[in-house]
Amino acid sequence: MTSIPLEYYLILSAFMFSVGVTGVLIRRNAIVVFMCIELMLNSANLTLVAFSSFLGNPIGQVFVFFVMTVAAAEAAVGLAIIIAIFRNKLSVNIDEINIFKW
Amino acid sequence: MDLSFITESLYFVKPEIAASASIILLVLLDLIFHKNKTIIPYVALAGIIITGIFVVDQFNISGFAFLSTDNPKYGMIAVDNFGAFFKLIIIISSIFVVAFSAYSDEINKITDRLGEYYALIFGMILGMLVLISASDLILIYLSMELLSLSSYVLAGFTKLRDRSSEASLKYLLYGATSTGMMLFGISILYGLTGSTNLYIISAALQTQSLNLLTLAFSIILIFAGIGYKISSAPFHFWTPDVYEGAPISITAYLSVASKAAGFALLIRFIKTTFVTFVDDNGNWQLLQVFDWESLLIIISLLTMTLGNFTALWQRNLKRMLAYSSIAHAGYLMLGLLVFSNQGLIAILIYFTIYLFMNLGAFFIVMVIANKTGSEDIDDYDGLGFKSSFLGVSLAIFLVSLTGLPPTAGFIGKLYLFIALVDAKMLTVAIIALLNTVVSLYYYIRVLKHMFLTSPTEKTEKIPLNFGQIAVIIIMLIPILLFGVYFSPVVDLAKSYITILGF
Repeated sequence: MTSIPLEYYLILSAFMFSVGVTGVLIRRNAIVVFMCIELMLNSANLTLVAFSSFLGNPIGQVFVFFVMTVAAAEAAVGLAIIIAIFRNKLSVNIDEINIFKW
Repeated sequence: MDLSFITESLYFVKPEIAASASIILLVLLDLIFHKNKTIIPYVALAGIIITGIFVVDQFNISGFAFLSTDNPKYGMIAVDNFGAFFKLIIIISSIFVVAFSAYSDEINKITDRLGEYYALIFGMILGMLVLISASDLILIYLSMELLSLSSYVLAGFTKLRDRSSEASLKYLLYGATSTGMMLFGISILYGLTGSTNLYIISAALQTQSLNLLTLAFSIILIFAGIGYKISSAPFHFWTPDVYEGAPISITAYLSVASKAAGFALLIRFIKTTFVTFVDDNGNWQLLQVFDWESLLIIISLLTMTLGNFTALWQRNLKRMLAYSSIAHAGYLMLGLLVFSNQGLIAILIYFTIYLFMNLGAFFIVMVIANKTGSEDIDDYDGLGFKSSFLGVSLAIFLVSLTGLPPTAGFIGKLYLFIALVDAKMLTVAIIALLNTVVSLYYYIRVLKHMFLTSPTEKTEKIPLNFGQIAVIIIMLIPILLFGVYFSPVVDLAKSYITILGF
C-alpha cells in the first residue's frame, strides 16, 4: 500500500487557502466572511500536519492543537462582536457597516 | 520526570507570571465587589507596577527560557536587554492608559463592566510581553492572537454606540484575515526548515539550499501579520476606522503599546532569523535568501506617504492622529531598513519619545471630548484663548510629532535621519524629510484653529482637575527636557540593543 504523497496535501491546502481568501474578499455577509477566515486557518492546519508527518517531527501537530484552540476563541469573540453590531444595525451586511470612510 | 528545566525557566518569565496573576485577580475581584468597583483601577495599577518591577529586574539579564528539545542551546523565550527595553515601554504606556481610563467619561459610564475592562487590558499586556520576547513561531502566533483578541473586544467596549461596534467588527475582520495569512506563512516556513524555533530556522537557512520562491512567499505572508500589527501600508486600512471608533484610552494604547510590540517582533524576527553576524561598525550582514532591504524601503516610504497625505483632509482629530500614527510607523521602519546597530538605537530613542508625545496628544483630545463630546477640528476654534493650558500643551505635543526643535520629536527624527545618511541612503532620507514637511501642514492646522480663530459661542472653557493637570505635566516634561538634554536617552538606548544570539 502506498501512502498519499505530500504534494496532494499541499495542493489541497493551497486550494483551501485560496477559497478562504477569495471568500473574505468577495462575500458580503459578516458571518460568511468569518467562516472563510476559519477556512484559511484550517488550510494552515492541514499544511502543518502534512509537513509534520512528512518530516517525522511532532512540533507541527502540537501547533495544530494550539491553532484549533485559538480558532475557537476567535469564533467566540467574533460572534459576540457580530451580535453587538446586529443589535445596533439590525444587519450583518458589511456593505451597510459604513459610518467610517476615508 | 525531571521538572527542573521548567522551574529554571520560570525565573525568566516573572513579568509574564505577574501579568497572568493580575488577570485572574481582576476577574475574581470583579465577582466579589460586584456592587462597588472603585477598587479595581487601583488593583490594576498595582498589578502593572509589580509587573514593571519584574521587568526592571530583568535588565542586563540574558538567557533562554523553555528550551527547545531539538537543540537545547535555544529556547522559546529569549530574555535580553532589547526585550526589556520594549517591555518597559509597554509598562509605562499601560500606567498612562490606566490613568487615562480613570479620567475617561466613556469608560466611567460603564461601571458594571469595569473589571472586564482592566482584565482585558492585562490580556493585552500579557500578549505584548510574550510577543516581545518570543523566539518561537508557535509562541509568536499565540501571543499575537492573545493581544489581538483582547484588543478586538476593547475596541468595541462601548458596545451600545454603533461607531464602537463598527470599529470592533472591522478590526476583527482585518485582524483575523492577517493572522490567518501569517499562520499559512508560518506553516510553509515550518515545512521548509523543519522547526518553529527562529534560531534553528536561521541555522537551516544558512546551511540548506531551499526553494527561494517558496521562502519569499512564506516570508511575505508572515510580514502581512506583522505589518497589520504595526499598521504599515498596505495593511493599514483598519487603523483610522478602529482608532476613530474605539474609546480614546484604547486608541492611545493601540497606537503606542501595540505598535511597540509589533516592532519588537519585526526586529527580533529579522535579526534572529536573517542576520548572520554584526560587524565591528555595527552593520548587520543579512542572509542572501530574501531582499529585506528593498521590501522595507518600499513599505516604509509607502506607509509614511499614504499616512501623511491622507491626514491632510481629515476633519476629526482622532482620525487625523490615526493617520499620523501610520506615518510614524513608516518613520520607525527607516531605522530598521538600514540594518545597523545605529538604526536600532534610533528606533529605541524614537519609541521613547513617541510614547510621551502620542499619548499626550490623545489625552488632551480625550479631555476636550469629555466636555464637548466632539473630536471635530472645527470645535477647537479659539480653544487656545479659553483654555490656554490645554491649548499650549496640545501645541507642544503636535510640534513634537512634527519633529521641530526644541521638542524631543526633533531628536528622534534627527537620529533616524543620521542613521539613514550614514548608510548612504540619501534618496530615502530626502523623501522622508519631504514627508515631514507635508505633516507640518496638518499638525499646524490644529494650532491655527486653536490660536488664530476667534472663539465662537460654542467654545467653552474646559475644566481641569488636579490629576489631569498632573498627567499632562508628566508627559510634557520628557518632551521638553529630551529636546535639549537628550544624552540620557541616547545612552540608555545604546546599552539596550543587545538581542540574544549575537
